[in-house]
Amino acid sequence: MSQKNSYAYYPGCSAAGTSREYDISTRALCAALGLRLVDVPDWNCCGSTPAHTVDHALSAALSARNLAQSEALGLDRLITPCPSCLKNVHNAIEHMQDQHFREKVDKLTLRPLRRNHRVLSVLQVILEDVTPAGLANMVRKPLTNLKLVAYYGCLLTRPGRSMRFDDEENPTSIDRLLEAVGATMLPFPFKMECCGGSFGIPRGDVVARLGGRILSLAASTGADAVVVACPLCQMNLDTRQRQINAAGGTNIRLPVFYYTQLLGLALGLEEEKLCFDQLEVDPGPVLSRIGQAAAEEATA
Amino acid sequence: MRIGVFICHCGSNIAATVDVKKVAEAAWGMNDVVYSTDSMYTCSEPGQQAIEEAIREHKLHGVVVASCSPRMHEPTFRRTVERAGLNRYMFEMANIREHVSWIGRDKALNTLKATELVRMAVEKLRLNRVLTPKKIPATRKVLVIGGGVAGIQASLDCADAGLEVVLVEREPSIGGKMSKLDKTFPTVDCSSCILGPRMVDVAQHERITLYAYSEIDSVSGYVGNFEVNIRKKASYVDWEKCTGCGACTEKCPSRKTFDRFNEGLGATTAINIPFPQAIPKKATITAGACRQFQGKKCGVCAKFCPTGAINHEQKDEIVTVKVGAIVAATGYDLTDWTVYGEYGAGRYPDVITSLQYERMLSASGPYGGHIKRPSNGEEPKSIVFIQCVGSRDPSIGRPYCSGFCCMYTAKQAIMTKDHIPDSRSYVFYMDIRSPGKGYDEFTRRAQEEYGAQYVRGRVSQVYPRGDKMVVRGADTLLGLPVEVEADLVVLAVGGEASRDAPKLAEKLRISYDGFGFFMEGHPKLKPVETNTAGVFLAGSCQGLKDIPSSVSQGSAAAAKVMALLSRDMLESDPQTALVDIKRCIGCSKCVKVCPFGAIREQDLRGQIKAEVLEAVCQGCGLCNATCPQGAIQLSHATDNQILAEVEALLCQM
Repeated sequence: MSQKNSYAYYPGCSAAGTSREYDISTRALCAALGLRLVDVPDWNCCGSTPAHTVDHALSAALSARNLAQSEALGLDRLITPCPSCLKNVHNAIEHMQDQHFREKVDKLTLRPLRRNHRVLSVLQVILEDVTPAGLANMVRKPLTNLKLVAYYGCLLTRPGRSMRFDDEENPTSIDRLLEAVGATMLPFPFKMECCGGSFGIPRGDVVARLGGRILSLAASTGADAVVVACPLCQMNLDTRQRQINAAGGTNIRLPVFYYTQLLGLALGLEEEKLCFDQLEVDPGPVLSRIGQAAAEEATA
Repeated sequence: MRIGVFICHCGSNIAATVDVKKVAEAAWGMNDVVYSTDSMYTCSEPGQQAIEEAIREHKLHGVVVASCSPRMHEPTFRRTVERAGLNRYMFEMANIREHVSWIGRDKALNTLKATELVRMAVEKLRLNRVLTPKKIPATRKVLVIGGGVAGIQASLDCADAGLEVVLVEREPSIGGKMSKLDKTFPTVDCSSCILGPRMVDVAQHERITLYAYSEIDSVSGYVGNFEVNIRKKASYVDWEKCTGCGACTEKCPSRKTFDRFNEGLGATTAINIPFPQAIPKKATITAGACRQFQGKKCGVCAKFCPTGAINHEQKDEIVTVKVGAIVAATGYDLTDWTVYGEYGAGRYPDVITSLQYERMLSASGPYGGHIKRPSNGEEPKSIVFIQCVGSRDPSIGRPYCSGFCCMYTAKQAIMTKDHIPDSRSYVFYMDIRSPGKGYDEFTRRAQEEYGAQYVRGRVSQVYPRGDKMVVRGADTLLGLPVEVEADLVVLAVGGEASRDAPKLAEKLRISYDGFGFFMEGHPKLKPVETNTAGVFLAGSCQGLKDIPSSVSQGSAAAAKVMALLSRDMLESDPQTALVDIKRCIGCSKCVKVCPFGAIREQDLRGQIKAEVLEAVCQGCGLCNATCPQGAIQLSHATDNQILAEVEALLCQM
């Protein structure tokens, strides 16, 4: 089995629920890019924030089990679309450098890890293995006339010492990919601000305030939409956009896309495969504008 | 041989964890020891007198003192034995403080170790020989490296005292950081008005030779007799002919050259004179920006130069000078603030450094002394100063306080109100550090008379909103997050060791710390000396300091140079390598390993033999360790002496 373009794929549990469109569009995009995803067999939830809030060893054990499950695939890279899952796997690997901690984890999983694992985000693989130039060559439907702000969220590149990807304060990876397929990326100072994360459930007011700041600034830049790479960010900014507007007395209507949906669109994948209908804020008007200016220029 | 041993209590420093009396008793049984005692403070006057008396009374040939580090008091006790008529090299020291009492708590083990160290010293002393220093002439000339305010002060003081001075400056003009400042704290007097005359004094002083736009290429020799190669960098202008008229800078078509003097605030021409008061006032071509050097047809400067001074073919030139002493005054550089992504890492034009702000405030700066927003040229009404950017931050490897930022920020807040009376200044600070004469009063004036709003807390983010900059931070006194909308943000950037400081330290053979700052001989008692004889320090190269402290150190270093060169002859250290001609087989391995070029081959009746140049030898011992025949020996640390120490240690186990 050729390993070169094959990756052990860990979707994370949002992919099976609230962010189905992220998972489906990621799989469709990777297929189009020639990246072969092999699902980790019988994967489990990484525990997300609740697990590491309660017990670091438990949190690490949940990730360690997924790594152990992936070993049977014989692939040297594990990738995930979800920044939170990614952070938890990285944390597990980092903490398990400590022998004492590792023993605790091994006791919980009963499955000691046999080798070193290289763990990456799908975003990093597309940026480094496909590259923006490679993407540009594959574009079928350039995203011209689309003004976007990329919102990375607080986790994607942090902490820098374990993520080792892009810039901790000013990441540009999503911007570079979408520029390569023709979109106009606007500078966005709040690209790394916290959206409130899992506070959406216990403290809706916190997300309404933090998410509101992000959306207000995004709207003030004149962007047509926000692009994200995190299921939780997407949920807070999109699903809760109505609550945010109600709390802040605003009237923002900004679709919140996954970058995989827009890259897929630019590569000419069918819209149904990219699940735009799963988004809460209707992306229709924005999507219909793509390519318009170019078309107008052509007729003029 | 008759040896006397003195064990020091050092108050309780040693006596608390070493049974001093027991060590003194044990010494009685050591080889050749005819006298042993303990004393409370051996270095005190009665302590030294007791040694002198013992030497006379017991007819001692050599003395061992067990106390602190030889770096502390070896010179003291050598003088003591010399006063009593012994040769100063008939003295040995056992370090039972730093090596024993301060590092171990077990009194029995400490006592044992102290006894062993004393036995080693005794065994070495038994093989010591009388050594006599040679007199060497000293060159009454001093090299000052760095023409900032510290170097200028050291140069003028030395020259006024009658010494010849060679001043080397890396930039095209002397003046250093101070020449970039608009005003100085705490008196708010004009920086160039007080520095300018000193710079002119340097240029006009008959005993000062200035090499501007030059660097130190190499240094050889030793105290009193250094030989220094100075690299005069090619300025592509013959400075003998250049009159500083500035015709070339007006005509140069390459007008977008990075302006180093103005910290990149505005641009300059490829051929330029850094500022109107520059010393020397000569033009220099920045090769990287010059059209001629880019292979384009130009030569405009050459066409317009009335004295024909332009020479695009000029090469670097090496000048060799002989000096007796060296003062390093190489200053500091700003810490790289672009590592702070949260402050924009240089992306936002309206986020500037404090030094750029100085250039903005300066009437001779690129903004003509008007405070304007670089983005649109408008006058800012709300200005935020952020302190401790690149200082007190272990996360970027700069845990130290730069020491001057609190004060210059207060000054800048005051200046801002003077320039724009309806402006409002905010200062985000961690602590206000203002020790010094009139300093704390000054920071209070900034707040009370000039209305600067001081906010205690760090800034987490600076970002643009519309055409304003938003500064988000914490007010830790209120315990609340705060947000200030600013037109201009000034980062109080701290300092770090001057670029390439470690390279210069290696050329000078002086130590530097983990941050690149040069190490002083002793943190309290030898603030301007180094551990290399004849090399002294002044200003921020030793540790960041403000102008008054830099000037003080410049004068202090000059005083040290004067004391050194007030004598016509210096004593050479006799602890050098010696060749036993009979044993030398002429393999020349020693010649190859010597880092100082102090050994050469000589033809002795047809046979090759090694010969040590005593004046050049630094006594490092590399040749001693390399010689396969044991023919080359380091005086005062011969193989036999070291083996005697080892045996003293091992045979008692």
